[in-house]
Amino acid sequence: MAEPDAYAREDAGQPPSLHPPYKSTSLRSPSRPLVRIPQTLTETTGPRDAAGLMGPAMADLTAHHAGVPQGQRIIVAGRVLDERGRPAANTLVEIWQANAAGRYIHAKDQWDAPIDPNFTGMGRVITDAEGRYQFVTVRPGAYPWGNHDNAWRPSHIHLSLLGPAFATRLVTQMYFPDDPLIPLDPIACAVPQPFRDRLVARFDLDTTRPSWALGYLFDLVLRGPGATPMEA
Amino acid sequence: MADNQSPERFGQTPWQTVGPFFHYALPWKGGADLVGTSDLGARPDLIPSGHDLLHVAGPRGPVAGDIIEITGRVTDGAGEAVPDALVEIWQADSAGRYPSEADPSLAPAFPGFGRAATDEDGTFRFRTIRPGRVPGPGNSLQASHIAVGVLGRGLIKRLVTRLYFEDGEGLEDDPILGLVPAARRATLVARRAGDALWRFDIRLRGEHETVFFDI
Ligand SMILES: [Fe+2]
Repeated sequence: MAEPDAYAREDAGQPPSLHPPYKSTSLRSPSRPLVRIPQTLTETTGPRDAAGLMGPAMADLTAHHAGVPQGQRIIVAGRVLDERGRPAANTLVEIWQANAAGRYIHAKDQWDAPIDPNFTGMGRVITDAEGRYQFVTVRPGAYPWGNHDNAWRPSHIHLSLLGPAFATRLVTQMYFPDDPLIPLDPIACAVPQPFRDRLVARFDLDTTRPSWALGYLFDLVLRGPGATPMEA
Repeated sequence: MADNQSPERFGQTPWQTVGPFFHYALPWKGGADLVGTSDLGARPDLIPSGHDLLHVAGPRGPVAGDIIEITGRVTDGAGEAVPDALVEIWQADSAGRYPSEADPSLAPAFPGFGRAATDEDGTFRFRTIRPGRVPGPGNSLQASHIAVGVLGRGLIKRLVTRLYFEDGEGLEDDPILGLVPAARRATLVARRAGDALWRFDIRLRGEHETVFFDI
């Protein structure tokens, strides 16, 4: 009799590795089916002190340089939870994004949009006891990419989390409400509906600060506890 | 319009690719050096001056065990290098212990976790210690191994594999390796390439495709 999994498996909303409309997946996704293995101590443990490893919080992406970055200042806030809605406290969330013009501060980003000397576009936030996090940044611009003719990525922020175990690793992208590019984007559309909606933040007037910044809410939900034998 | 905050949509946040531009954010300096204080793991060559805000690993206490170096190449279905992959590892210490809530004292000296961006040749490199054996399902004991996650442009979600050592004790009886078709097990076994140097290539697709796991 196999022992029950400590963590839930992927749910139906997780995208496949091979999604031909996102062209580079065709040579970079496995052709063989994954081999299902039980979760051992290796999969159910994880680094304890991510902030110690990857660095302390840098929650204000507009404060890295001498000047203020161009663009619409925004606040992104939310909670890191598991599938049962329990908070993941004191966990590190790494973020990165393009600047307001849609240009990344990366040597290989060749798009002809201006670099903003006052914006690097990376940060880290650490959740509090209720799993809450918040960061301040500017709204990233959309940018073109070479996937297909007239391809544009919707505005998005990349987020990376370890969670409590090797099994709970998550890297995702947050999108903005009412962005007409989302349904045209092969990366967002690798996630089937209705699950794609989980990637779209909500504008929130309570998070918005008067005369200062627009607020958006975005929760991150990590794989929860596995089914117990009683529930299976 | 349903969105992230809609109760009827609550559930696992879907994975999305790291894309090609993670180098100024995810790797840290020393992320691939679990025993020393080198810059291994980062790609500062991809970050314009004035924008390198990467964390630098601090000094650590001495770590017990045999120091090893692991190197390999990430290649795609055409056999070409993947220069924008990110390889992560998770492993036990030399006594076969994982840092845990129960024993947080292990964490500061040996993190167990590492992260390396591949270079233009698709090559990654880690400095770590050879892990001890850890318990498996039931009363089994797993052969010495390292959990490996592969992320990158063109990888919508992480691919998970394992590194075993070709001279590892218990390879024949390992409860996880035993689930892998015999003909494909070799893709999970690192080969000795020097005194303390181990070779572990990751082939995402095609001939000798690495075995990836559903965990
Ligand atoms: Fe992006």
